[in-house]
Amino acid sequence: MSKEWPLWEVFIRGQHGLSHRHVGSLHAPDAEMAIKNARDVYTRRNEGVSIWVVEAQHIAASSPEEKGPLYEPSNSKVYRHPTFFDIPEEVGHM
Amino acid sequence: MYAQMITAEASDEDPKLLEEFQARIDRDEKIEPKDWMPMAYRKTLIRQIGQHAHSEVVGQLPEGNWITRAPTLERKAILLAKVQDEAGHGLYLYSAAETLGVSRDELVELLHEGKMKYSSIFNYPTLNWADIGAVGWLVDGAAIVNQVALQRTSYGPYSRAMIRICKEESFHARQGYHAIMQMAFGTPAQKAMAQDAVNRLWFPAIMMFGPSDSESVHSEQSMQWKIKVRSNDDLRQQFVDQTVPQIEYLGLDLPDPGIKWNEERGHYDYSDPDWSEFFNVIKGKGPCNVDRLNDRTNAWEDGAWVRDGLLAHGRKKAAARTAAE
Repeated sequence: MSKEWPLWEVFIRGQHGLSHRHVGSLHAPDAEMAIKNARDVYTRRNEGVSIWVVEAQHIAASSPEEKGPLYEPSNSKVYRHPTFFDIPEEVGHM
Repeated sequence: MYAQMITAEASDEDPKLLEEFQARIDRDEKIEPKDWMPMAYRKTLIRQIGQHAHSEVVGQLPEGNWITRAPTLERKAILLAKVQDEAGHGLYLYSAAETLGVSRDELVELLHEGKMKYSSIFNYPTLNWADIGAVGWLVDGAAIVNQVALQRTSYGPYSRAMIRICKEESFHARQGYHAIMQMAFGTPAQKAMAQDAVNRLWFPAIMMFGPSDSESVHSEQSMQWKIKVRSNDDLRQQFVDQTVPQIEYLGLDLPDPGIKWNEERGHYDYSDPDWSEFFNVIKGKGPCNVDRLNDRTNAWEDGAWVRDGLLAHGRKKAAARTAAE
């Protein structure tokens, strides 16, 4: 069995109410140590008020080869953007 | 995995994929971990990011040496924070390298076996407190010039690590300059120490950018793939141009009589460092190569029981949790 500590991905929520954001990764023997290490490595300058860690092996990701089929359907649906609709100026801000 | 990668032949690669890859680079798209990339691109990045990570970690040694001997409690706290940053920088970079399919332990092993390098600068000794100031100012200053350029590197995880490091790094250079400033404006003995440190560290610092462009073995392909974005000489010139006025402000003598403003070029001329010294240090014959590698290996081996114990504890807890479910 490998003696290398598992890899954890680290997510931090900043001060201003935004969502947790991926900031990087680190090795740690368990979740508790991963959070402690994340505190030391990724919040040394008040970058965050909340930390999530998740073992990297538990993250499922889309693959680059699927890029076409995955995102193509949204390309043809320009009406999903508000700028698709011309609203007369007289109507005012909408 | 790493061994497999090294043996893979570049000629097996589909020319069409190679062409598309280069087109993505030319469009300034970032390459991400799961994207297709040429084997040589992957190999070069592992070498470069790995060396960069090792440099951050080994770079802690010459400074850590002075934590207990800092002249004031404030300087001690500042140095401690800087050295802690370096550990963090090493970690960001190892993480970036790991996205390429090599593990951190493999990289550490290659370093300890002498099969991977770290920056030649850390094979010079820090003899006194003035050296600590000069290291922060000149060595981190040179690193910043290189790293600011690398923020635009083509590999996404490497670029992001650089952006993060650059944010933290200017603290390093400024605290160093501040420490040297106090000495340069202090007693004549202090000023002499500052001068001596600048004299000794100047050439090793400008060597950090690597050999001249005409001599550099890795440059051309790396530039084409935007692993490197500016040439060694170009970066070195920028460092010289920005540092000369800083030396003059301190009232210190320039460490190289060849430094002269060249009106025509709009840059400072400077003397070439002794490249035979550079290649000697790279080959392991610098003043501190043996000590640095010994200290690294000892720290790794002495810490093994702690790492193993924590891992065993983590696994036991995880097993207990699964059993309880």
